Amino acid sequence: MPAYSYDPQPFVRPPELDGGSTGAPVAIVGAGPIGLAMAVDLALHGVRCVVLDDNNVVSVGSRAICWAKRTLEIFDRLGVADRMLAKGVTWKVGRLFHGADEVYSFDLLPEDGHKFPAFINLQQYYVEQYLLERARDFPDLIDLRFVSQVTGHRATDAGVALDVVTPEGAYTLHADWLLACDGAGSDTRARMGLDFTGQTFEEQFLIADIEMDQSPFDQGTPERWFWFDPDFHPGKSALLHMQPDNLYRIDLQLDPGAGAKVEATEERVIPRIKAIVGDRPFRLDWLSVYKFRCIKLDRFVHGRVVFVGDSAHVVSPFGARGGNGGIQDVDNLGWKLAAVIRGDADAALVETYHEERSHGSAENILNSTRATNFMTPKTPIEALFRHETLRLAHGHPFARQLINSGRLSVPCSLAGLSLQTPGPAVGRAMTDAPVGNGWLLPLVQGRFTLVGFGDIALPDIGVARIGIGGPAQGYATHDDPQGYALQRYGTGVAHLVRPDGHIAATFHGTVDRGAAQTALARAMGKRCERVPA
Amino acid sequence: MNAQQMGFGTRGDEFYEALMAAHDGLDEAQSHALNARLVLLLANWIGDVDALKRLLKAATDA
Repeated sequence: MPAYSYDPQPFVRPPELDGGSTGAPVAIVGAGPIGLAMAVDLALHGVRCVVLDDNNVVSVGSRAICWAKRTLEIFDRLGVADRMLAKGVTWKVGRLFHGADEVYSFDLLPEDGHKFPAFINLQQYYVEQYLLERARDFPDLIDLRFVSQVTGHRATDAGVALDVVTPEGAYTLHADWLLACDGAGSDTRARMGLDFTGQTFEEQFLIADIEMDQSPFDQGTPERWFWFDPDFHPGKSALLHMQPDNLYRIDLQLDPGAGAKVEATEERVIPRIKAIVGDRPFRLDWLSVYKFRCIKLDRFVHGRVVFVGDSAHVVSPFGARGGNGGIQDVDNLGWKLAAVIRGDADAALVETYHEERSHGSAENILNSTRATNFMTPKTPIEALFRHETLRLAHGHPFARQLINSGRLSVPCSLAGLSLQTPGPAVGRAMTDAPVGNGWLLPLVQGRFTLVGFGDIALPDIGVARIGIGGPAQGYATHDDPQGYALQRYGTGVAHLVRPDGHIAATFHGTVDRGAAQTALARAMGKRCERVPA
Repeated sequence: MNAQQMGFGTRGDEFYEALMAAHDGLDEAQSHALNARLVLLLANWIGDVDALKRLLKAATDA
């Protein structure tokens, strides 16, 4: 019996089966975390969508479990982060072991003054459940269609036509845009014959979720433990993470060529788990064997078909860059697609989703490939260097920076890409800070915002204006109660912040109205003349 | 330079990747030879023989 109780979603007969039509401009294929987050994001921008999924339950198995701070900040904008934080396991300390010895430990976020922790662990089925329940808050904007398999799609003059098969018959769905959120094995991608090849690693990993009442951690405080060459699994790597409901995730590296069917059996798995958890009683909840792949599509945007999340890019799991990278895709695409559909920008703005997220996923693939290579030495010399790096790391801190058990996901910078006006801090995601009675990020996300820190006046360019830690102005100002905001941003500084919280432009001393308008136009993908101040 | 220094900034992974790439395709003897040449080049770069003796001791004792 799995710990999570699955609640089947109903099939609702759509109007197309009775000669009607929905008229929603966006069709989302796949109701996983990416498809559901996409639907909620578009709904918050007032854009209607139809979500199609061939299944009727949330994720089978815990799958993606590590959700990074930036992802939680995005989920906060979507309205589900408080639930995630309340349910999730917050951890900050990671410990690294070599053989039987602890080499070192690290604290992910030693800094105060952030609403969200560096990471929480939460099973993918809870994330999907919360997103699904959130999506049901928008019955007029989000049309959820379960047990609805997309079997074909083609470009039309107006956009895209999708062939949908349901238990009550087949129909054609017309939409302006198709968002392929159908995962690593994307049928949409396969139908289009798009090349999706890259580096596949020969080593296999086994994932086991166990339910266990007694904590293996000192005083029960959750941590991330990673072993190189542990006594209980010689020559290989292992990882232990805690999830809610007293579930523990154990990853065990297997031999290349190990038979998945043989390894994923209780006879093989239980002795290995006992070697990790000792005599504590446990129950096996879920087992899975996987190989690493690091691949991305050459192009994420193909006319009116846009690939989002794993359908566009897959990475090895160490570093938690799969689910977190996909949520950053959603954050990047939502406001752009909404602006294009509203007629506020032309389709070129959606093209910049490819530019920016292809860059982000390349960074994720680079990091996860390096981590995977460190974890799985290919030659005796690679194994030798790794062994000696680990040995030196006990007494020589410099060597610890070379040990790579996954570089945990951080938001990528969009500096140097076409929507940004070059300047200091430009391209970064905004960093949180306590302001007024709440937090900075909710004030500056979801729409374009000019935010000023300290004594700097913001001109009216038709976007929201927020002042932090400065004198009263003709717009909302908030104090900086603990001094974090001005410490993090400086004083006499203003940023033009995009709806996804990335900085599009920076101003020092004063904000010239014309310059701010030009930066805004650029951030909207427009090449317009500078408007006189 | 001493062995306690964090010398790589944010580019440790990049260095390690380049080091492994330099060994890619070499057999064991060729890798030994590459390592020997690299040690000599690094030693010359450091230049300070007293510092090198301390590093030799640190490597021996680790």
